[in-house]
Amino acid sequence: MSDTILSVKNLDVTFKNGHDQVRAVRDVSFDINAGESFALVGESGSGKTTIGRTIIRINPATAGSVFFEDKKISGVISKELDTYVIRNIQMIFQDPMASLNERATIDYIVSEGLYNFNLFKNEQERRDKVFRALTDVGLLEEHAERYPHEFSGGQRQRICIARVLAMEPKFIIADEPISALDVSIRAQVLNLLLDLKRERGLSYLFIAHDLTVVRYFADRIAVIHQGELKELADTEELFARPLHPYTRSLLSAVPIPDPDVEKVKKLLVYDPSMHDYSADKPAWREVFPGHFVRANVKEADAYAKMYA
Amino acid sequence: MAEEKKPILTVKDLVVKFRVRNRELTAIRSVSLTLYEGETLAIVGESGSGKSVLTKTFTGMLENNGSIPSGSIIFEDKELTGIKTDKEWETIRGSKIATVFQDPMTSLNPLKKIGIQITEVLEKHQKMPFAQAKPVAIELMTRVGIKDAERRFNDYPFQYSGGMRQRIVIAIALACKPKILICDEPTTALDVTIQAQILDLIRALQKEDGFTTIYITHDLGVVANVADRVAVMYAGQILEYGTVREIFYDPRHPYTWALISSLPMLAKKGEPLYAIPGTPPTLFNKIVGDAFAPRNRYALNIDFEEEPPFYEISPTHYAKTWLLDEKAPTADPPEAIKTMWKKSNIHVDAMEATK
Repeated sequence: MSDTILSVKNLDVTFKNGHDQVRAVRDVSFDINAGESFALVGESGSGKTTIGRTIIRINPATAGSVFFEDKKISGVISKELDTYVIRNIQMIFQDPMASLNERATIDYIVSEGLYNFNLFKNEQERRDKVFRALTDVGLLEEHAERYPHEFSGGQRQRICIARVLAMEPKFIIADEPISALDVSIRAQVLNLLLDLKRERGLSYLFIAHDLTVVRYFADRIAVIHQGELKELADTEELFARPLHPYTRSLLSAVPIPDPDVEKVKKLLVYDPSMHDYSADKPAWREVFPGHFVRANVKEADAYAKMYA
Repeated sequence: MAEEKKPILTVKDLVVKFRVRNRELTAIRSVSLTLYEGETLAIVGESGSGKSVLTKTFTGMLENNGSIPSGSIIFEDKELTGIKTDKEWETIRGSKIATVFQDPMTSLNPLKKIGIQITEVLEKHQKMPFAQAKPVAIELMTRVGIKDAERRFNDYPFQYSGGMRQRIVIAIALACKPKILICDEPTTALDVTIQAQILDLIRALQKEDGFTTIYITHDLGVVANVADRVAVMYAGQILEYGTVREIFYDPRHPYTWALISSLPMLAKKGEPLYAIPGTPPTLFNKIVGDAFAPRNRYALNIDFEEEPPFYEISPTHYAKTWLLDEKAPTADPPEAIKTMWKKSNIHVDAMEATK
């Protein structure tokens, strides 16, 4: 077993707006191992981004806790630990068009974190770090003096990744990092993220709504629906034996680039009212080794027999 | 599709230019295209390939700095490039050719009631009085799958989910019973489960009303789902067109190969994903030869010098690449193309899962 780098335990996030309350994340727990890419998949409003934002302390946890390298990083923490978290957990956002300061040079954008934490001894070292980060993502030194509008979408996402790399983090949260990119550019960015994982042992939390990308990228996948984890398994296991009806509906909805398959495909629609949880209450159950699903006793029995 | 295919829209040698900061950009570099009645044509391409610009010329929606220096667009015996005034365009745009855009939040007016946004169209284009338009609007809302339409007529867009908003945009587009429906990335902003429902909805409505559909998309999965025919665009030109089966199972242009090969779902885990190197060319400069040549690992010397013509592969399948010339060496397509048939990847599992 590899070491756990990040651990989310019984996390609850509730948003309040006057008298309205939305429980965006409900009792979510999972562990991410060092060097692993872990994917959180769900539709918009499922709470997947909220979990990412809670980990990097943008949203506070209402209940439960987050541990990074066995240190509790949710709630009130010391200034030193806060700095440590910011340095070591970095986030890549979905839209590279919206996440770069249009009026700053690439040089400044990439070194902003270095400035904030005084991570360089002199100007030379800062410039070296910027150039190394740019080279790592396949950009050129001369790009440092330019402005974001001079770059294409794929290049801008590389700049976002360079900005993250300059901080030399251990853990990266990638929130739909390729959704806004063109098909031919997606492959470049995915390859880059995977290379970085191999070369530096980075761990990822990859947030996505697209199961096909996740299948290629992730070691393990957790499926989330309305703030609750529904299923968690190794990637291949999840695709070979999807158990929860929501996971199955997601799989059926993915458009497949194959007209013969696509034109006869039947769409499964998930209706949460199908579960009868009046007496037999659901819980997080391990149906196959390492393959968890939220189900009651009756459902879990049925799931275990589904692929017999 | 009927045996006798009747063209409904014919584009010939169309060129579109934009004036940007005193420089000239050629967004469409001589495109010819025939759209047949009742069919679904998908135009595939990356951003900047010109797919949206092309369809904007069908409804006179080019930005003010855009112009059509040459070429023609014939719709119902009418030359659309000759239309000068907005007044004249209004007899076509919205009533005969309607468009559904990507983001339902920006195509609806957030300050107006949903129902009013539909009746408005009927009042304007069909000169219906409101009392007559209201029941028509409610019926349209029901047709696009809004439950309890009568009550929801008075709701505002923020009270609708993204999927429901896109259903309303479709209802507005269909209000005047258009001949052609242009869907510009209609599901990109939506979740996969909702996307699948919207695609099903458009297909069902097309069956009932018999309109012709043009899809603009970069998602080959969506193309496989909806299209009868596919046109692949790159740098302002169509590089290959054919029936959906020809494009997916027998693609001939290296750009089509590259697009299909770079799909993550066809890749094996642990192996690097096929990535198209470089970026598309800037359309400010004159392009010599095949625009894709600098990124094309199959490029021949002639690709850098002379623009290839279209070669016929079948009466419905054409590709614009020198590789199809009889003098060209045989090119071995990438593995992903060869394994397209084997369906060894997600397809089988997904099908199994949904049995």
